Order: sequence, then structure tokens, then C-alpha cells
Amino acid sequence: MTAVEFALLCAAALLALGPVAILLGRRAVATPLIYASSAVLCLALTGAGVAVLAGMAGVSGRVLPIGLPWLGAHWRLDALAAFFLLVVGFGSAAASVYALGYGRHEHEPLRVLPFYPAFLGAMVLVVLAHDAFSFLASWEVMSLLSWALVMAHHRAEGTRHAGYVYLLMAGFGTMALLLAFGLLAGSGGDYAFDAMRASDRSPAMAAAILALMLLGAGSKAGLVPLHVWLPLAHPAAPSHVSALMSGVMTKVALYGLIRVVFDLVGPLAWWASPAVIVLGALTAVLGILSALVASDIKRALAYSTIENIGVIVAALGLALAFRANGMTATAALAFSAALFHIFNHAAFKSLLFMGAGNVLTATGQRELDALGGLIHRMPVTAALMLVGAMAISALPPLNGFASEWLLFQSVLKSPELPQAGLQIIVPAAGAMLALAAALAASAFVRIYGVGFLGRPRSEAAQKAVEVDRFSLAAMAALALICVLAGVFPGVVLDLLAPASEAMVAARLPVQADQAWLTLVPIAETRSTYNGLLVLVFIAFSASGSAWLVHRLASRKLRRGPAWDCGFPSDIANTQYGAGSFAQPLRRVLGTVLLRAREEITMPPPGDGGPARLRVHLRDLFWDGIYQPISTVINAVATQANRLQFLTIRRYLSLVVGSLVSLLLVLTIWN
Amino acid sequence: MDRMVFDIAHLLAGGLVLVSFMMIYQERLGALIRVFAMHAVVLSLSVSWQAWTQDAPHLYVTAAIALVFKAVVIPGALLRIIRRMGIHREVETVVGSGLTMLAGMGLVAMSIVLMLRLTETVDAFAREDLAFALSVVLLGLLMMVTRRNAVSQVVGFMSMENGLILAATGAKGMPLVVEISVAFSVLIAFIVIGVFLFRIRERFDTIDLGALEEYRGENQ
Amino acid sequence: MELIANLLVQGAQMALVVALAPALMGLVRKVKARMLRRRGASIFQPYRDILRLMRKEVVLAENASWLFRVVPYMVFAATWVAAALVPTFAVGLQFNWTADLIAIVALLGSARFFLALAGMDVGTAFGGIGASREMMIASMAEPAMLLAVFSVSLVAGSTQLSTVAAYMATEDVGLRVSLGLALVALVIVALAENARIPVDNPTTHLELTMVHEAMVLEYSGRHLAMIEIAAALKLLLYISLIGCIFVPWGIAGEAAGVMSYPLALGFYLGKLAVGGVALGVFEVSIAKMRVFRVPDFLGAALMLGLLGTLLLFVSRSL
Repeated sequence: MTAVEFALLCAAALLALGPVAILLGRRAVATPLIYASSAVLCLALTGAGVAVLAGMAGVSGRVLPIGLPWLGAHWRLDALAAFFLLVVGFGSAAASVYALGYGRHEHEPLRVLPFYPAFLGAMVLVVLAHDAFSFLASWEVMSLLSWALVMAHHRAEGTRHAGYVYLLMAGFGTMALLLAFGLLAGSGGDYAFDAMRASDRSPAMAAAILALMLLGAGSKAGLVPLHVWLPLAHPAAPSHVSALMSGVMTKVALYGLIRVVFDLVGPLAWWASPAVIVLGALTAVLGILSALVASDIKRALAYSTIENIGVIVAALGLALAFRANGMTATAALAFSAALFHIFNHAAFKSLLFMGAGNVLTATGQRELDALGGLIHRMPVTAALMLVGAMAISALPPLNGFASEWLLFQSVLKSPELPQAGLQIIVPAAGAMLALAAALAASAFVRIYGVGFLGRPRSEAAQKAVEVDRFSLAAMAALALICVLAGVFPGVVLDLLAPASEAMVAARLPVQADQAWLTLVPIAETRSTYNGLLVLVFIAFSASGSAWLVHRLASRKLRRGPAWDCGFPSDIANTQYGAGSFAQPLRRVLGTVLLRAREEITMPPPGDGGPARLRVHLRDLFWDGIYQPISTVINAVATQANRLQFLTIRRYLSLVVGSLVSLLLVLTIWN
Repeated sequence: MDRMVFDIAHLLAGGLVLVSFMMIYQERLGALIRVFAMHAVVLSLSVSWQAWTQDAPHLYVTAAIALVFKAVVIPGALLRIIRRMGIHREVETVVGSGLTMLAGMGLVAMSIVLMLRLTETVDAFAREDLAFALSVVLLGLLMMVTRRNAVSQVVGFMSMENGLILAATGAKGMPLVVEISVAFSVLIAFIVIGVFLFRIRERFDTIDLGALEEYRGENQ
Repeated sequence: MELIANLLVQGAQMALVVALAPALMGLVRKVKARMLRRRGASIFQPYRDILRLMRKEVVLAENASWLFRVVPYMVFAATWVAAALVPTFAVGLQFNWTADLIAIVALLGSARFFLALAGMDVGTAFGGIGASREMMIASMAEPAMLLAVFSVSLVAGSTQLSTVAAYMATEDVGLRVSLGLALVALVIVALAENARIPVDNPTTHLELTMVHEAMVLEYSGRHLAMIEIAAALKLLLYISLIGCIFVPWGIAGEAAGVMSYPLALGFYLGKLAVGGVALGVFEVSIAKMRVFRVPDFLGAALMLGLLGTLLLFVSRSL
């Protein structure tokens, strides 16, 4: 059995688990059975991905006689697909293990269980598809099933709105993809990927396809300005599904983008790349800035997903620019940075969403301002969340830093680009990415500091208890991946090298050969980074200094009330909360980008009533793009409404009128 | 040695751009005028360096004019004016200084790319010098656009003129006569504006130029 | 044998930075006192302070978690590792290639991340105010520093500090506009990151006007001592960094033998002294800004860093 056949079997099994869940109904065995089998199948898929990447199994394809009769369904597991299979596999496996515990708290399991494994299967099929028809069909199934999962808690406030917006945006995205594949197939009309790859197209046509892909895949991944649905839909779903949507499904969307833009379209002109770079950098800054002011923990995490997608897309844009100029080695650097960040983000964003899910289970609260002090009540969750927060804030020696470091290395190689336009845009984008990285640290200090540290701000937070072992085990596995990928980045880079070789015709130097497992992307004199040694040094000097101080100086310790400048207060709201923590940055950057306005109502002197501060935030894109569009559509719909109340004679005349006008068009045409 | 000559000239021209940025960043009038004096000092240093390397003694005169008038006389006079008017406090900016800096960055980037592309035939030093000079001119203009206070507009105007002088000395060919006449015209402009400042204030009790617009009925 | 010698030199450098850092702090304080016509404490006073703090018992807030107790050592370790990676008197040390300039920036970011978390841990208003403002300052300062690092790396063609320092000492660098801009940006960042006037004033008696000190308000005893050493180390790191990039003369090269080290050490001490005195003089001659003016100040650094990088992207000779 070839690797692709094995993967297809696993995907089919996942799809089949959906009906099984329906048959099992409300039986208690359903939840553990479905999630456990999903976890096993996903682990098997991860294994298949690793096997292909490591060269243990060859690249294989398979045509199944289903779908369109003259086309069949083409499936193929090449290096790129294998890499994404790996990402989808481990992300989904972790989410499934997590759900073994988390799913027990589900009130209506039948709203989740049938869709969940099928959703996983659809994502796998998107990655495996090798013709436009299978790709789009799998993509659409994936969208619909994730929509069903978002709607699982349809009675909760805001969920239906989120589902509605998501459905609209998914529909729009698929339409753009449909057009893109239509252009790709061209007049030949062959929808197999191999045929698309083989045919030639003009630079303008290629750029048009790129634009359509940015619209289609970008709307799924959360590129600005198509991101509006993401912070609504991702938090509305159950937490393990949020983890999947943010950590894995956005990556499947990026897979679509990479597959078409790097593989199928063929060479793209350099002038197509600045748009990608700018879009990515803009997405990164706007995403993280919104995360910084969001008061709902899952919403903040969803916004941070937008930031990371921006970082990845900017890296892909750099890779496009280098590739268009024939600098394949540097293109491999940027491309590997993008893939590595995809891998990392799948790990830490899933971890963080799971942590948020634990908080939700324990307290029933998502608002940061109702949390606090959870590090005392939920020590394991808090420790694992800390790893995730450090990783996503790009702190060495964890994995987020390793991929951002590679990205900055590729930015530093770009003065060699010949075009003046790129020479201005790349450093500006580099500055924006640096800003986004720094803001990410602030955002996660805020999320972690307000949510887990300090004193509890609500009774629910006071009474929180640690969650079950399955949830914690899944999180621990992801945290371990974050640490290992940060300490041994060379292993992951070597693993993804075949994918880079296939897409940009070059790869990074083999990292396993480097002394002391150092990361050397270009040359030793130029830049090196060794996560392992950094970890060892920090661990050694921290524990060594602690030991020395305790040994030689003093180890006495006394507990006392907090000092707080002599004015400690028992009221938990005197602590800094989510809004107050964000206030300085909201004032500095938010007044322009988020239209943040503060409104203060002060009671008159002598009045003992409270002063109130209200912050108004506006979404520029919602006001500027979506609102006008929806107004226009509403107006048109109101006009069209009148058609409902016509007499039969008028309906008939409408039919006749349209028939005649179509015939007229035909006559004139010929 | 040749390399060093270029580098120092570049550094001085780049310093002029830097000081222009400092001017945009200043919010207080007093500090703004002192930074403007520094602008003139850097300019005169740059011009004297050119005089020495190009072996053109008349440029020393230009440098001296810049030093005496723009670094000493005019700032001194402006400082006296604002003290007498009691307005050595904050200046109002139309947009925040962060956004102004960002716009300034954009202008500098644009002028550098523009100059480097337009003047590919000219020798390396002159084109970069011209690029910096254009940046200084544009930054001066930006300052005039973003400030409402008449005094800071005067300062912006004169820093713009500094940029012109930088361009002229770099291009190795401005006759002294032209230079002196430009200098004098700036001086006269300064005197006229100075007189105007007092007149505006007498009439409107402020030197905020917004008041003038109101008088014309534009802001109604 | 060679490896052992190299390790010894590396160890000597690591010990050196820790040993010197409090003295540098003392020197700055002494200079400030002198400028204000006070006598000031001896430059060795910080050592005594730290030893005294070390011997005292820790008073821990009732609500403090394990994180609060781990953070001082983490902050110290991250800062120390970063400081040990900056060439002080010699380049090409054994572990210099462990991490490059970007990683040093990120290591300092790690230290700050933990310190801000510790500020939030006890759940007091002052800790929060400090953490929030520190992160605001850092969010502007870190990209500014990265851009300054970009400029330097583009000139030297490397992000490896040893390579950069060695390259900067050669003749063919010359005076570059972009390096000048990077220097200005780096100095501004150094002022902000080390909580110096005009951004922050550690000696004020009003906690509301502090940033760094408000954040570590709840620390006492040995924990506070570790944080003080880390702060001193950070100051030393920035001065060494500026020294080794912009005034690289006197650093012993890779080929230089052990005999050249004493001389190089002398140069290094001289640079530190000059940096410390300049900082002291600067601090007494300028007033502190209000907090919401700081982003403009750091924004200026960010712009200068970007301008420097841009010039290098557009023209290799600037």
C-alpha cells in the first residue's frame, strides 16, 4: 500500500466516523470512542506525513473513479502535502486527545460528535487532493462542517451572528477559489493539477490568479481585510474546535495558497510579490493590535491567529520576491521560515486555545476581567499556558523565536533584490513585523497576567479547579513540541526541506551536520543560533545562581500582606485589568488604527458616585467595506422584495420578458 | 582618503536630515528654535567641508553667512520675539508628532529613491547629497504644512532654505552672488514675517494662523 | 587544551560582566551626585547594597505564586546570558556563536516578559501600572532596536556580534550615515530600556511616575538583589554593545594571543567609564518626560532605525 492510499484510508475512516456518531446517538460510549479513534487515525496520518518527508515512503499518487466521470478524483501525497499532513495530523490528534476530557462537559454532544471527525477527514482530503474538483469539493465540505461546529452552541449570544458571517465569507472565498481554478484550467479545461502545472500563462494571468487566491484562501486564513469573521467564529466554537480552526484549518487555507501560487501557477513576476508582503505585514500589525484590546480571552487568541497568518504570508511574499529574481537559496530561507512558522503556530495556538478551554470549563468565563489568580487554582494549566505564551511571544529558546529569527534573516538578505520598489517595501515590512513581534509579547503578558496571575476577580475564578488529565496531557504534548522545536529547530527544518525543494527549487543547508546542533541558515560567519545552548545556559545560570544565593546568602522567607505602597485594598478590581493594561498602547497606536475613543464621565465635585470610563473601538474595515456593501445589498433586497407580491399575470410577463430579452441577445450576438 | 572625504560629507548631510527630524519632533517653540540653530550649524559645517574639499573659498563665505545669520542672529531674534509674546510653551500640531514623523519618513524614502534613480549619470557623491538636500526641503515643507503657529512656520521655511543651500553646494556651481542674494532675501523675508507676527498678534491676540482663516470666514 | 583555554576566557568574560556591573551603576550615580554638587556614595556602594539585600529575609506577599519567586533568577539568567554574548574585551569567544544580535534582543525581551508577569502576579495596582507601561515602552523600543540591529548587520553582512565587531574595526567601514542613525536609535533605546531619565526615573519618591520600580515594588531581600544585579547587567550590556559596534578599537582580535588581553581589558574599562560618565552627565542635564510623550521619543528612534535600514537597502554606500 502506498502512502497516499494509507492516508486516503485514514481520511475515509475519519469521514465514516461521522455517521457512526449519529448511530451511537446519546450513548455514553460515543464521546470517548469517537475522539479516541480520531486521535489514533490522526496520529497515523502524522506518521504518514513524516515517512514521506523523511524519505521512508515515496511520493505517490492515486486516481479514484469517483467524482466527475471524465476526470476521476486525483490524490497525491508529495512533499508539500506531506508537510501539511504532518501539521494537520498532530494538531488534530492533540485536539482529539484534549476532547476526550473536554468533550465530557458538552451538553449536546450530538451537535459536535458527528461533524468533528468528518471535519478532520475533509481537511486531510484538501491536502491530498490533486485536481481542482476534489480540492474544491473537500474545501467546501471542510467549510460547511466547521460552520456546523461553530453553530454547536447556537443558543449562546452572538453565535448565530458569527455563523452567519462565517457562512457568507466562506461562500465568498469559495467563489474566488472557483474563479482562480477556472483561470488556471484556462481554455484547455483540464482540471487535474498536473495539467495546470504544465500549461503556460501570461504574467498578468498569473497575477490575477494570485489575487484570486489571496481572496479565496486569504479569507479562510484571516488576511486583512477578509478577517472579520475569524474573531467571531473561532471563539464561538467549542474550545477543541477553536484550537483546530485556528491552529489547523487556517494552515489548510495557507496550503491552498502555497499549492497554487508556488506550484501550479508557475513563475510569477516580481511585481506580484510586494502586494503579498504588504498585505502580510499589515495583517500582522492590525491583528496583534486588535488582540491587545480584546477583552475576551478566546477572541484575543483568534486575533493573534490573524497576526501569525500575517507573518507567514509576509514570509511567503518574500519567498516569491526572491524566487522571481532567481535567488533560490534565499527564497528557500524565507519559504522555510514560513513553513516552520506554520508548524510552530499550529502547536502553540492549539495549546493556547486548549488552555482557554480549560479556563472556560473551570470558571465558565471567557472575559479576562472576570478571571485572575488561576495560577493558584489550576497550576498545571497555568504552567502549560505559560509555555504557549512564551512561544507565541517569540522568546528564546522556544520555537516561535526560531522561526521569526529565520524570517528576519531573510529580510536581511533582501538588499540584494534589484527592484527599487522592493527595496523600500521590504525594510518597511521588516519594521512592521518587528513591531508586531514586540506587540505580541505585550498582548500575551496581558492575557496571561490578567487571566492567570493576580487575585481572582470573580467568584467563579475563586472556585476554579484543575481540569481532567486528558486535556492536560494533550496540552503537555503540544508544550513539549514547542520546546523541542525551539531547542532542535534543525530537525524540523531538515524535515521540511523536501517541501522547500519542491516549491522553490532549493533548500537550506542540512542542519543535522552542523556542530553542536547549531542553526546555520546561510553561513557560519553570517548568522548562527543555537537554541539548545541558550536553554542550557539559561537553565544553568538560573538554577546555579538560585542555589548559590540560597546556600551562601539567605534562604529565609516570610509571608506578609502585599505592600502596594502602603495602601493595599481587598477589592480585586483595584488590580490592573484587561482594559487598563491595554490603555497605554491603545492610546499610542489604537487612536488611529482602531479609532479608539475614550469617554469619561466624572461626577461633579461633592457627588460620591463613581466616575465612568467608556472606550469605543471601531473596526475600520467593518465600517469602511462591509457596512457599505451590506447596505447596498439590503437596499437591493428591499427593492427585490416587491417581486414577492405580484399578480400571476405580472409574473408571467416577467418570464416572457426575460425569455424575449435572452433571445434578443442571442440574435444580436450572432 | 578619498573615501573619508565622501563619508564625512555624507555624514554631515545625513546629520542635516536628522536635525530636520528633530525639528519635526519638537513640540515646544523654544526648543524648536534652538534645534533650528543647530540645523544651521550643521549646514555651515557641511558647507565648509565642501569648501575645503572642492577648494572653493567662496563657499566659506556661504558657511559664514549661514553660521552668523541662521545660527545666531535669527534664532536669537526669534527667541526674543517668543519671549516677549510669552509663547515659549507648547506649539499646537495639526496631526500628532508620530504621524508627522511617519509622513517625514515616507518623504525621505521617496526623495532618496527619486534622486538616486533620476541622477544615475552624476557622480556618486553629488547624487546622494542631492537626495539628502531634497529630503531636507521636503521636511521643511512638511513642517510648514503641519504647524499652525506662525513662528514654527517661519522656522520650517528657513530650514527648507537650508536644504536648498545644501543642494547648491553639493552641485558645485552656485555663484556667490546668487548665494548672497538668497541669503539676503531670506533675511528680508524674516524681517517682514517678524513684523507681521506682531501685527497679527496686535489684531487677533494670537499668532495661531487659524485665527486668520476665521477672519476670512473659511472655518465657518 | 585549546578548548579549555577558550572556555576559561569565556568564563572570565562571564564573571567579568557580573563583577563590573554594580560598579558601573555606582559610577553613574557618583557622576550624577557630583554634577549636583553632592558628594555621593562611593562607586562601590551598589555592591554593599546587593550584599545587604542578599542577607535579608524575603517578605513575600500572601498572594504571590511560584512564578513570582522564580522570576528574579530567570531575569538574571536571561540578562546574564545576553550580556555574556556581547564581546567585551575579545571577539571570537567559544560561545559567541550561540546566539546573534537578534537573539540578544530577544533574550532581553524574555527577561522583560517575566518581569512584567511578576509585576502582575501579586495583584496590586502599582505592579500592574508598571507592567503595563513597561510593555508599552518595550513595544516601541524593541522594534527600534531591531531596526538599529538591521542597519548594523547590513553594513557588516552578519548578525553575529563577533563578526560585526571585527568588521567594524577594519578600515573599509568608514563613516556611514546609516550607522550614525543606528547609533542615535540605539542610544534612545538604551535610555528607555534601562529606565533612565528622560523615560523613567528610578530615584523618584512617587511610585506613580515610575515604570520599572513600580513593577518590582513587591520584591524584597535576595529577590530584589537579583533584580538589581540584572538591571545593572543590562546597563553594562548596552554600553558594551554600543562600545563594541561603534567604538570597536582595542578589542582583542581572534588571532590575538593571551598577551593582548590585559591591554584590551584596559580599553574596555575605559569605554565603560566613558559611557557611564556620559550617561550621568546626560541624565542630570535633561528633564523627565511625561509617560505619553515617551512613545513619541521611541517612535523617533524607530523612525531613525528604519531610515538607517532604508538607506542601506537603497544605496550600499550610505
